[in-house]
Amino acid sequence: MLWRIAMILSAGLVAMPVAVIAASLLGPYSAAWTHLLDTVLLDYIVNSLLLMLGVGAGTLLLGASSAWLTALCEFPGRRVFSWALLLPLAMPAYIIAYTYTGLLDFAGPVQSALRETFGWHYGDYWFPPIRSLGGAICMLSLVLYPYVYLLARIALLEQSPALVEASRSLGRSAWQTLFRVTLPLARPALAAGVSLALMETLADYGTVAYFGVSAFTTGIFRTWYGLGELHTAAQLAAFLLIFVLVLFALERHSRARLRFHKMHSARPPSRIQLRGWRAAAASTTALLILTAGFLLPAAQLGVWAAQHYNSVFSAAFLALLGNSFLLAALASLGCLLLALLLGYGKRAYPGRLETGVTRLASMGYAVPGTVIAVGVMIPFAWMDNTLDGWLQQTLGVSSGLLISGTLGTLVFAYVVRFLAVSLQSVEAGLTRIRPAIDESARSLGQTPLGVLRRIHLPMLRTSLLSALLLVFVDVLKELPTTLILRPFNFNTLAVRAHELASDERLAEAALPALAIVLIGLLPVILLTRSMSPEPTET
Amino acid sequence: MVRLHTRIRRATLLLILLALSGLTACGAPDAVNVYSARQEALIQPLLEKFTAETGITVNLVTGNGDALLARLENEGDNSPADLFLTSDAGNLYRAQAKNLLQPVTSPALQAGAPAHLRSDENYWYGLSVRARVLVFAAERVDAADLSDYTSLADPVWRDRICVRSSGNIYNQSLVAGMLASDGPAATASWLDGFVANFARTPQGGDRDQIKAVAAGQCDVALVNSYYLGGMLQSDNLAEREAAEQVTLFWPNQAGRGTHINISGAGVTRAASKPEAARQLMEFMLREDSQRWYAQVNNEFPVRAGVEPSALLQSWGSFEADALNVSELGRLNAEAVKAMDRAGWK
Repeated sequence: MLWRIAMILSAGLVAMPVAVIAASLLGPYSAAWTHLLDTVLLDYIVNSLLLMLGVGAGTLLLGASSAWLTALCEFPGRRVFSWALLLPLAMPAYIIAYTYTGLLDFAGPVQSALRETFGWHYGDYWFPPIRSLGGAICMLSLVLYPYVYLLARIALLEQSPALVEASRSLGRSAWQTLFRVTLPLARPALAAGVSLALMETLADYGTVAYFGVSAFTTGIFRTWYGLGELHTAAQLAAFLLIFVLVLFALERHSRARLRFHKMHSARPPSRIQLRGWRAAAASTTALLILTAGFLLPAAQLGVWAAQHYNSVFSAAFLALLGNSFLLAALASLGCLLLALLLGYGKRAYPGRLETGVTRLASMGYAVPGTVIAVGVMIPFAWMDNTLDGWLQQTLGVSSGLLISGTLGTLVFAYVVRFLAVSLQSVEAGLTRIRPAIDESARSLGQTPLGVLRRIHLPMLRTSLLSALLLVFVDVLKELPTTLILRPFNFNTLAVRAHELASDERLAEAALPALAIVLIGLLPVILLTRSMSPEPTET
Repeated sequence: MVRLHTRIRRATLLLILLALSGLTACGAPDAVNVYSARQEALIQPLLEKFTAETGITVNLVTGNGDALLARLENEGDNSPADLFLTSDAGNLYRAQAKNLLQPVTSPALQAGAPAHLRSDENYWYGLSVRARVLVFAAERVDAADLSDYTSLADPVWRDRICVRSSGNIYNQSLVAGMLASDGPAATASWLDGFVANFARTPQGGDRDQIKAVAAGQCDVALVNSYYLGGMLQSDNLAEREAAEQVTLFWPNQAGRGTHINISGAGVTRAASKPEAARQLMEFMLREDSQRWYAQVNNEFPVRAGVEPSALLQSWGSFEADALNVSELGRLNAEAVKAMDRAGWK
């Protein structure tokens, strides 16, 4: 009972900012709506749908193939690739967009060299325009596929090899087994990874704005900044939320009657030994993904950073490092704790209320950070001001703003924004534990907390670690929420990188951007060390 | 697992302590709190000098102007902010319209910012001037063919113009300025012709437009002059070379003058230190501060008699539009709608 109350209360608290945004739907609909409907809204919607389609396909393709290769095949370099393929995660989408634009734009080195070599001029030749919808799909897919990769890889590693063997012994080929057995069994993990990537895509503003792609977020911010109508912008964000809710409900509905529990198996998966051209193709594929998503943009950042090392690096830079690290650590722990509370609560008490609040609480990921920040700001400032007003009336003292503008508010906003990420990993892990285990433990006298601590936590170790890692890296990269909710004189690496980049001083932004990537490496390495194949069920 | 629990408990405790320490930071007696849409690097050295001279420390949050405005609005009377600093006139106008600023005046402020670069009821003051100019490729364009913004709608410029997205505030304020002086009908037909002349879908920032002109993708681009200055002074050879291949042109010299916007500041209505905030504004309008503040970002000082940097002087002097910049804020939403209708992405 206590668990359920804690669950509903905390999920309610986290859902509050989203509810504040959704509540805008009740308010008046201004004349700006007529303008939007008459002119640009359709364009925004179509572009966002195309973007989602592209990024969904892109992340699924890159994530699932690389997960399958590193989890179930053996080829030269597999060990290195199995952790290195996570690296693009640490690359903020707008930063990778800047680096590729620097390289591939009309005025960049590649096209300039082509023109010089062949004596071409503008209009003489065709080159894929990087700043386009297609370019945005590529950039987002390259940095978001690790969500799919990480979750799918865990699922594949934990799959029982007995199923594959059964399929093979019944006459299926290796490829048939992959598409008929292995991947369908990993569907919850694939779906979780792709939905994270899609939510992040819908919330992205930096990349689409830079590429001049008019996506739905463009509409939100244009309405707010350009038309000065925050309320209408919130209504647009609320429609985005409804869309995401419906989409994910459909996905869940389509697999509602399937169950994906882990079979008894203490064996690590047996890997397919690739040889000859197959091994070469596997290594090349992994290397290409890694190069495009990480090595190339990181090298470009490195070149820029080397040029500007002196102008940016200082003692203040270390403070930025410390602040970024602190925020990321606090938020990822907070998210993990809450994800456990909710994910496990939903499993133990699958009531409508519990499921509903949990779903609502994880919607923050699909909302642009600045909009979430407003959703956090409104109730907090209201509480502060109400308390202050009450104290002034009754006691004649002023409390001022107690929680608004503190680090606590900022960490709370991160939890609102990134809970979905940790929840998806935890839930993906939980679905693979058979309820029979819970039932036997409960029947042996364990409390729900006892089941969680003694049985689930050890079995979930990898999922929990990945939940920590994903949020940690996400917070490191996070910009808009930090920018607007932070306390006075509090800077992070992402803030610094953005200040330089927004002034179009990309080269100087490279050092803080590179630092984000490097700190992001630490948890990636920690995680992979604990992710090596091991007996997962005891 | 036990270890994890203690760690979590410790983290929670830390969180509470941090939250409390955040509270005390704003209460220091000799401190003024600034919400700034202008980047830290472009003001911090000046704020440090202010602290050294007056003993008043300056606490700073930087961020997007509209978002900071939302924060200021929600925090209401209890907002810790004393001064709101923006990089455009529109947000100052909005802050004033939402009753978030208070009128402040002094001889030093009046002498610092000329009348058309401050609010007529003294709610805010301009601190620096940013000009929206043309850059062109001298080998493909004769400077004699360039005149004012309106001529860019002529069919001779078909597929030859680069400009960034209409989401950019300086494009919005340019159109707002046209609405103010030419009216909606003339502005709408100008927009149609202008958009038809784009060499490519609007994309990238102002520096990207300059690079595109240098590379031959378009012949003329509409940019803020400080980006050209920044590129000419860049450490990056490619940026310098690109900037050296284009020429700056001051538009509208025969008409109402080149379009300008400002960065500026106003004292918040909730300010608990309005005096210190006023002092800071006066300090920023002082001659020596004006020189630094404008030069650090290749902008023009608002204060009459303060020379801009040598680089800016090398571009020659220009007539600036004398329209009161608060008109840009008033007409901003109208401008965005007009750009939407014209299909300026």
